[in-house]
Amino acid sequence: MRAKYIIGGLLILAAMVFLIVSATQKNSQYFMTVDELLQQSQQMQGRSVRISGAVLGDTIYYDPNTLTLSFTIVAIPGDNDEIESQGGLAAVLHAAVQDPARTRLKIEYSGVRPDQLKNEAQAIVTGTLRADGVFEAEELLLKCPTRYEESIPQQAETTVP
Amino acid sequence: MLISNLGFGLLIITLIVAIYSGIAAMIGVTRNARVWAESARAAAVLTFPLLSLSMLALAGLIVAGDYQVQYVYNVASNSMPFYLKLTAIWGGQSGSLLFWCWLLGLSAFLVALRSWHSDQDLLPWIILVIAITLIFFLSLVIFVENPFVRFWRTAGGSEMVALFQPAGALPLIPLDGRGMNPLLRHPGMVFHPPALYLGFVGFIIPYAYAIAALITNRSDDQWIRATRRWSLVAWLFLSLGLLLGSRWAYDVLGWGGYWGWDPVEVAALLPWISGTAFLHSIMMQEKRSLSKRWNMILMILTYSLVIFGTFLTRSGVFSSVHAFSQSAIGPLFFGFIALTLLISLVLLALRWRNLGADTQLQSPFSREGLFLMNNLVMMGLLIACLWGVIYPLISEIFTGQQVTMGPGYYESVAGPLFALLLLLKGIAPLTTWGAGSSRSLGKRLLWPALGSVVVVIVLLLFGVRQVAALVGLGFAALVIIATVLEYSRAVRGRSLRLKEALPHAFWRLTNLNRRRYGGFIIHLGVALMAVGIIGIELYQTQTQATLQNGQSVSLAGYTVTLQSISSWDSNDGRNVIAANLTVNRGARFIKQSTPRSDYFYDAQQTMTVPGVYSTLAGDLYIILADWNPIYTNQATFKIYYNPLINWLWIGGLIFMLGTLVAAWPPRKSTPLAEVA
Repeated sequence: MRAKYIIGGLLILAAMVFLIVSATQKNSQYFMTVDELLQQSQQMQGRSVRISGAVLGDTIYYDPNTLTLSFTIVAIPGDNDEIESQGGLAAVLHAAVQDPARTRLKIEYSGVRPDQLKNEAQAIVTGTLRADGVFEAEELLLKCPTRYEESIPQQAETTVP
Repeated sequence: MLISNLGFGLLIITLIVAIYSGIAAMIGVTRNARVWAESARAAAVLTFPLLSLSMLALAGLIVAGDYQVQYVYNVASNSMPFYLKLTAIWGGQSGSLLFWCWLLGLSAFLVALRSWHSDQDLLPWIILVIAITLIFFLSLVIFVENPFVRFWRTAGGSEMVALFQPAGALPLIPLDGRGMNPLLRHPGMVFHPPALYLGFVGFIIPYAYAIAALITNRSDDQWIRATRRWSLVAWLFLSLGLLLGSRWAYDVLGWGGYWGWDPVEVAALLPWISGTAFLHSIMMQEKRSLSKRWNMILMILTYSLVIFGTFLTRSGVFSSVHAFSQSAIGPLFFGFIALTLLISLVLLALRWRNLGADTQLQSPFSREGLFLMNNLVMMGLLIACLWGVIYPLISEIFTGQQVTMGPGYYESVAGPLFALLLLLKGIAPLTTWGAGSSRSLGKRLLWPALGSVVVVIVLLLFGVRQVAALVGLGFAALVIIATVLEYSRAVRGRSLRLKEALPHAFWRLTNLNRRRYGGFIIHLGVALMAVGIIGIELYQTQTQATLQNGQSVSLAGYTVTLQSISSWDSNDGRNVIAANLTVNRGARFIKQSTPRSDYFYDAQQTMTVPGVYSTLAGDLYIILADWNPIYTNQATFKIYYNPLINWLWIGGLIFMLGTLVAAWPPRKSTPLAEVA
């Protein structure tokens, strides 16, 4: 009787492990920086990739005829420690947008323009790199660190107590 | 000025009191001195009023608009109404950690004030576990994420942030704060964090009891009896928090979805899964004296996952839409989780032999057999979700390349497991404790099974061809039919036996066994939620169109026509662009719909408000995607049709109702220790 339970339990366990492993293989997305993606553009074409970059506000364009949204992102470091050492996410995003020497990548997305898509937002884009060098996005995540980042106000009034 | 120092000072005093209560509890145990244990208890009681005053100080600063305080500057602004200012208390990182501490103080207060006759030996250990947790979180608030730090301008003219006035520096007082992100100004978002945190913190109490039982080497189920209702209430709030978050995403985020398998969402789901497994598993211990070790493991796991969940939402480990920002608290959290987990597991290992089962599982077709299956599948779900969340970290450590898991991963794993759980829910109420044979179960399962087959055939006739939908809806039908049949059989039996009218019998029966019938109601709610999820996940349709005034677009039998576009400045600081649309079904006019886009000047943030036509059959969900700013006679819309989505919300409400029934305290005044 006991053996039957154990065998039954093991079978269910094996089925669940199989489910997890096969789903892992099918749904892995490489999370890389813009620079890393472009360096390995040959291998990465057609693969599902997740990249992160700073949004260039002037390049945001929504075409109502083709219903596509396009914008350009600028490379930012992928490492949290590196971001911290450069003064936090907001500072890194700000510096990236100002720097014309940084690598840039055009993103195309067919869908609604997200509310948080604006200059110096962090875009986390999932999709594939096309042969023409444009990144076709399936999913857009946006973060505006300035909303929460603890920073010092630029326009503040000094008063003597 | 004075108030922020007062708030901070109160935090320091609370920390000292918490440390004292932990030490006093230790002395009480080692010297077996009742006086010290009572003193530890009094100190634990005191943390709550102290933390309340500190919270009040922060609330006062926010309401008064003291923008010299950095936290107030970040979360509040002059134009925010009073109630939003109150919710700004937990609107940012440091404030929400203080709020977390306050809830833990509240829990400590309630536990310490209970009658302790039957748990005399457990008391000091419970106080100690709570005190250690409180000390950790208070230290975070005081030393790392302090909500009371202020802006200063130094003599050299540079700006800085500090708690007290640096020598030669002058206060720097901004005229207005940045205000809460408009996307968060939604009733769902206002109550989502407190509900979630109540759920998180609530599970710390049963954990404290479990650890106390391990240390005092009690192998009985007193710790479970004493905290069963705690766990249920914690679970209720956790469920409510998850549901409110979903509703917020559906209303505000504008992608026509309700759940995105974002790492932070999954992190909140993890303790919910282990908590659900725990609530099922403790019934095995109470009724059949089984699974004592397993319940301990589940409780320890739930505590670790609660801390892990708080950590994920409060640190920048994962680039998720939820994460507030990068911060230094990550390694601290990791250390605390590792330490508490290690100590708990060592304790469990020491008591392992004492926690053996008194009985054995007699039949896989008994109630406990199904609970065991439920726990097995729940663990599968937990491992799958945990794997998905930490996979990026693991892959980075081993390959140097961060690999993340898309929503597709969770969907393809969770889908089959959820279906399996539904099937178990359909069968469980038909089984009995102890011995159960496949034959008697088969007999009781006959009608529900036939009923669900009929439902599947009807669905096939209506053109439903997706296997996932047929299986899922078939199982949901099984749950509903089996539960309703079993419920009505019991009500009818009681009505005949005691000559009560049916509604009266229903009321009395439910009241007499709230746990059982509360569970029935919860299962009905889950089945309805499954219907809603299957509807939107498998049958959502969408279209996009650019319309000029008078032009139309059709979706799911509805015709949407653009009448006009208007734009105005509201008196609360928004610029509103609204499209006036008519929705028709065939020739019949249904309603006016006005999807809009609000631009908040102070926050420089756009908020898209969908126009929704909601029925039990499905939601027509219209988003104003783009418009021509010059001619205002042309706009682009994205339209979704979300079939059956409202059953998700209705099922969710029924789920809450069922949990409330199960957690409702008994009417007769039993000794306090058994009540709470």
